[in-house]
Amino acid sequence: MTVLRRVVLALGLPVVLVAAWWFASAGSTDFYFPPLATIVEVFPETWFGSRLTDDVLPSLARLGIGYAAALLLGVALGIVIGSNRWVRATTEPLLEFLRAIPPPVLVPILILVAGIGDTMKVLVIVSGCLWPVLLNTVEGVRSVDDVLADTCRTYRIRGRLRWWHLVVRSASPQIVTGARQALSVGIILMVISEMFAANSGLGYSVIQFKDGFQIPQMWSGVILLGLLGVLLSVLFRLVEHRVLSWYHGSRTASEEP
Amino acid sequence: MLAVNGLSKVYTGRGRRVEAIGDLTFTVEGGSFVCVVGPSGCGKTTLLRCCAGLLPPTSGTVALSGAPVTGPPDGLAVVFQEYGRSLFPWLRVADNVDLPLRAAGVARAERRDLVTEALDAVGLGDAHQAYPWQLSGGMQQRVAIARAIAYQPRVLLMDEPFAAVDAQTRADLEDLIRSVWQRLGVTLVFVTHDIDEAVYLSQRVIMLTASPTRVADDLVIDLPAERDQLTTRSDPRFTELRGLVYAQIQKAKLEGRTR
Amino acid sequence: MRLVLGLAGLLGFGVLLELAPRIGLVSERYAPPTSTILTTLAEQAGEARFWTAVLDTTRTWLLGLAIAVLLGVLAGIALGSVPIVRAATSSTIEFLRPIPSVALIPLVVVLYGPTVTSTLVLVVYAAFWQVLVQVLHGVADIDPVAHDTARSYRLGRLARVRYLVWPTALPYVVTGVRLAATVALILTITGELVIGPPGLGQEIAIARTSGAVPAMYALIVVTGLFGVVANVMTRAAERRALHWHPSMRTEVPA
Repeated sequence: MTVLRRVVLALGLPVVLVAAWWFASAGSTDFYFPPLATIVEVFPETWFGSRLTDDVLPSLARLGIGYAAALLLGVALGIVIGSNRWVRATTEPLLEFLRAIPPPVLVPILILVAGIGDTMKVLVIVSGCLWPVLLNTVEGVRSVDDVLADTCRTYRIRGRLRWWHLVVRSASPQIVTGARQALSVGIILMVISEMFAANSGLGYSVIQFKDGFQIPQMWSGVILLGLLGVLLSVLFRLVEHRVLSWYHGSRTASEEP
Repeated sequence: MLAVNGLSKVYTGRGRRVEAIGDLTFTVEGGSFVCVVGPSGCGKTTLLRCCAGLLPPTSGTVALSGAPVTGPPDGLAVVFQEYGRSLFPWLRVADNVDLPLRAAGVARAERRDLVTEALDAVGLGDAHQAYPWQLSGGMQQRVAIARAIAYQPRVLLMDEPFAAVDAQTRADLEDLIRSVWQRLGVTLVFVTHDIDEAVYLSQRVIMLTASPTRVADDLVIDLPAERDQLTTRSDPRFTELRGLVYAQIQKAKLEGRTR
Repeated sequence: MRLVLGLAGLLGFGVLLELAPRIGLVSERYAPPTSTILTTLAEQAGEARFWTAVLDTTRTWLLGLAIAVLLGVLAGIALGSVPIVRAATSSTIEFLRPIPSVALIPLVVVLYGPTVTSTLVLVVYAAFWQVLVQVLHGVADIDPVAHDTARSYRLGRLARVRYLVWPTALPYVVTGVRLAATVALILTITGELVIGPPGLGQEIAIARTSGAVPAMYALIVVTGLFGVVANVMTRAAERRALHWHPSMRTEVPA
């Protein structure tokens, strides 16, 4: 009963909405709002052919590389900055400023420096994803529990063990928060970097359809981007669930004394 | 074994100067069980942190087996009051006990034996795979004690370890600590504000004054070595000793107020 | 002390960017030295055109933010106060939220052209979710005892919203506004840059196509300063509005 109820509640509204779109747009002759049936029809031929290997996968690969690089760099720098009071005080205003620059405006600069190839696009993604990860890591490292830090000192837990079991693990909830913010920034920048100057990629294709007035194809691209966003956030949640199971568990435990 | 000589600690900051410890001198014999009691806010925790090498004293020295303590020394373990914060929430119980041994470079097979032994000793033989936060407060403190046992320290410092657990659990843990001490022959310094607890547990009670802290009195607890909650606590000698400590602490409090 | 160190950090960064092109580490064509950027910035600040762009950006940002906050608060209270509605809409919200706002760019361009409206749609879409999610958390945070008390005194639905729901949700609303303000600013400038209505973003695009590299850098610095000012202002407003509130320090991870 409860399972059925939950399924109905979870799927009910989305089904209703899609159905409403389907029937409302059914006989549409409006050039900009083609029937959903038409969009669904062009979807496979638009995206599952050579575009999958030529545009979609390279875009995702760039996102993956840029995102991973930003994570590594952000966590490493964040630990260095967060562990030292002086470094933190020195870099704080600078980081505040750099973070406040909207990442897409860096695209023109990076085109100057790195051209319009893959390097530029990956750099754009790194330069946007870095800040949320970095700043959250700094916060996380800074808020390491002092009793736990004392425990490490009295038991002479040092070096790599201390670094991993005390610093990184304590900061991991904040690192994950930063990584989540970085992921949505990354998707945005993946698209933007390709809208600017490119000759392939997911964002580029969508803009091509727009310029060529291939409206159903353009709609299918918008839907694909949306689905990718949703898919990546689901993946992220699965990973988070594994990495932070201890955290969610201890939070629930402390809420019910 | 543990020698505290002319120790003082002054905190300064924001234009304020707080003298937490005035002048402390005492020694703890190897293998003995000493309780340190004093009115609340008398710098007991500061003393313990200085002994553990976590806090540099303003003046005076702490020496462990003749060697001056400048940082956390080898062979010393601390059980903190805040059990919820001294265990690694992302490590399972067995891994929590294991981590200091890994840091000390103990071989894997020996580590496994030590961990199993220590957890059995505190009655948590079936909780190896649990996370700390899945256990009750008293059980979490048992894990912290097991971690200290497995580490095989020469000196064990405990900072009001049972202040945050309920009365029933507290009695059990007191007996556990007595038996651990008797079996391991470790030197145990136990800080508490509970006079009954101090008298029940130890061989000797050091009473402190209010801050700036000095030693107010030093009392040998001549109760029999075999103790249990029922008979020991109803022993007339227990009541007598308890009264002595109580009077001394009250006096210290009054002096602290008039000063 | 912190202030001195912070200034030293900023200064050091400036010196680094000054020296790198001077000693030939990077080409001056790509990375003009700090002094050039600052001079250009000063020149820009003397022109009416620059201030018009700042004003345009501010207007789009604030308007988009206001619409997003209004819609977010209304929708959040409406959806959050009725448990069955909340349960029925949560999956849809979880689905719509991660859709990247930039996916809508082609759509708004064909519908509205390179206008402020196009940018506003992006801004409102992106900022709306930040507010909505915080408000939903806020409404869910209502003390059940207080709720039962209100019902037992037969407070009407509107009175309950006024005296119970709104005060409880307020801190969350303020946090939502702060998060939304950051997102809205990014999308405002992005929209101007990519779609092309007037504003700082468009100025950057123009500087790029006309090859005015120092001007481009100067404008990017301005967007950063803009962001810092916006952050400082929203944080100060948050502290001011909620300095008394115990939940001040908690932030629901979005």
